[in-house]
Amino acid sequence: MKYIDEFRDGEVARAIAASIKAEVDAGASYHIMEFCGGHTHAISRYGLEDLLPANVRMIHGPGCPVCVLPIGRIDAAIWLARQPGVILCTYGDMLRVPGSKRVSLLKAKAEGCDIRMVYSTMDALKLATTHPDQQVVFFAIGFETTTPPTAVAIKQAQALGLTNFSVFCNHVLTPSAITQILDSPEVRELGTVKLDAFIGPAHVSTIIGSRPYEYFAEEYQRPVVIAGFEPLDVMQAVRMLVRQINDGRFEVENEFSRAVTRDGNEKAKSLVAEMFELRRVFEWRGLGMVPYSALRLKEPYAAWDAERRWDVPQDTPADNKACECGAILRGVKKPLDCKLFGTVCTPENPMGSCMVSAEGACAAYWTYGRFRDAAPGDAEGPEPESDE
Amino acid sequence: MTLPRRAHPRPLDIAHGRVDLTHGGGGRAMAQLVEELFIKAFDNPALNQRNDQAAFDVPAGRMVMTTDGYVISPLFFPGGDIGSLAVHGTVNDVAMAGAVPLSLSAGFIIEEGFPLADLKRIVDSMARASREAGVPVVTGDTKVVEKGKGDGIFITTAGIGMVPPGVEISGDKAQAGDAILISGTMGDHGVAVMSQRESLGFETDILSDSAALHTMVAEMIKTSPGIHVLRDPTRGGLAATLNEIATQSGIGMLIEENLVPVRPEVRGACELLGLDPLYVANEGKLICICAEADAEVVLAVMRAHPLGENAARIGTCRADSHHFVQMKTGMGGMRVVDWLAGEQLPRIC
Repeated sequence: MKYIDEFRDGEVARAIAASIKAEVDAGASYHIMEFCGGHTHAISRYGLEDLLPANVRMIHGPGCPVCVLPIGRIDAAIWLARQPGVILCTYGDMLRVPGSKRVSLLKAKAEGCDIRMVYSTMDALKLATTHPDQQVVFFAIGFETTTPPTAVAIKQAQALGLTNFSVFCNHVLTPSAITQILDSPEVRELGTVKLDAFIGPAHVSTIIGSRPYEYFAEEYQRPVVIAGFEPLDVMQAVRMLVRQINDGRFEVENEFSRAVTRDGNEKAKSLVAEMFELRRVFEWRGLGMVPYSALRLKEPYAAWDAERRWDVPQDTPADNKACECGAILRGVKKPLDCKLFGTVCTPENPMGSCMVSAEGACAAYWTYGRFRDAAPGDAEGPEPESDE
Repeated sequence: MTLPRRAHPRPLDIAHGRVDLTHGGGGRAMAQLVEELFIKAFDNPALNQRNDQAAFDVPAGRMVMTTDGYVISPLFFPGGDIGSLAVHGTVNDVAMAGAVPLSLSAGFIIEEGFPLADLKRIVDSMARASREAGVPVVTGDTKVVEKGKGDGIFITTAGIGMVPPGVEISGDKAQAGDAILISGTMGDHGVAVMSQRESLGFETDILSDSAALHTMVAEMIKTSPGIHVLRDPTRGGLAATLNEIATQSGIGMLIEENLVPVRPEVRGACELLGLDPLYVANEGKLICICAEADAEVVLAVMRAHPLGENAARIGTCRADSHHFVQMKTGMGGMRVVDWLAGEQLPRIC
């Protein structure tokens, strides 16, 4: 497959791995957080950690839009879906995430709510035109990548004069979450957690550009390399970060130059700026209340805001007390440090945010990484012989 | 004066008619539907007796029986439809015991208002698949449910078959050191079906691989009666099926990503939709687990069969108390190929 295979070449990966191994300082350790779930997924799916030296540790950050949505917002979406005449639309990943009492949208659907999985905001808009007697609510989630399509859908609804379309807006902002992590006491003051560098978001950066990361590279003195979601992108980003750490540099570098510019997508940015404003505070699953970290529709677009059209509950129920997602997302703990991991919390029955989506740190570890903890010698056997 | 005796003065209006509740009511309308549509299409001596059961002789030996339900949407997809799929799926379930399929049953649960033309198309396709496989549908049933209480049409089947003497194939017989073979490319059926779902709207030339595998199985068994496990990786794809076998047999597996054949079009579609081809359904492929010593000859037999041209060895069974299915990735790393958690849903970002 063109433009894909080039970035999944095992030979090249091994060459990069060899140069990382040669360049790391054996006496030092390198703690690199990949912020995005897309990177976590690539690392797990392609087994990239096996290619890295033992003193390069990847910390899986909170950049999974499904994982960071708090229980209260899921409950609110289910509440909306239960209103008479409402069709609630959302992206597929969102359906399985449990809210309070473990009710997910999938379960609400089974109860009889009209909940549809859509692939784009345009699908939701189409439903509004074909179901004029019903209220179509788009449950909008995601980082800066998915915000512009939501904006476009509202613009189109406005142009079409659709009064039965609205958006339950949960769009969140990447830089505020990274700042929150860097400001957490473990990282900033106590120094108990080492967080040396960041792999910056791929798709998010195509919209916002590389400029927004310059502030915290400078302020927190942490190098950032923006990288694509393919396995070679991740390997190359690790090599670039190792070099920055070795040199004592803390710059924003762009590995994903085939798609990301310094200023990003001006058209998308100005559309978002025109239509959305910052929420003073927004709850993130795992990170808690994060100031100025999410968007809501501005007053001129209130007619398309589901939170203004309905009296949507604003409760903030807490996660399970034993759940360690917050600490895992900040790199303080690993999935195995959580008592719930693999016992009551599994991908089939997730308790916390990190287990809900394939991009979550716990789910990725459960799905792709568990064999590393198999007893020594247990999982050894003859290597398969190639017949090609 | 006597009138000529005609059970149904007006033939079924296949072109414009629709199934209504009388077609399941046990009266003349139902008799007519059975006569003019089902018996005409399936036409075989056991069915033609028109009894509530089929009577036939069976040879002595070990028999297998399977049952299956088909609820696919859309009903017609590139490379097949719910009718042919019902035959292939049931024949394959019988064949995966190494058995020779003998006969099938078919139950139709039809929603009121379903076009007779579509029903005929499905039944004809089912009859064609059954004739091509040489496995007759010997008994059947029709029910009609009210509008809104079914999704067009559901088909349930049963299948029976005879296991040749000396063949002992079962999901719990895989052993450490056994070779893992698959008969062709993964994910064709699932992607072909998904491409037809209205909300996806992408165009592809990918056809479902829906096919009856019993003739290939017969060849494989003739050459190597000691095959340990056969299973068709349908729902949940290769990943789910390997995990089932690993758990049943109490072993682990190690496969190699680069050895699993996947069509470029299927890879492309999966890339677009955020799916993993290892988890996408197949309806005309099988997994074979056999002793290392038999691997090459079984693979050669599979490749010589038209349905096994792309057969490949993908890995090896090994001792592992966790029963993990692991995969060496194309990058050279390792990962667990786990059960699917819930349904495979596209990722967002």
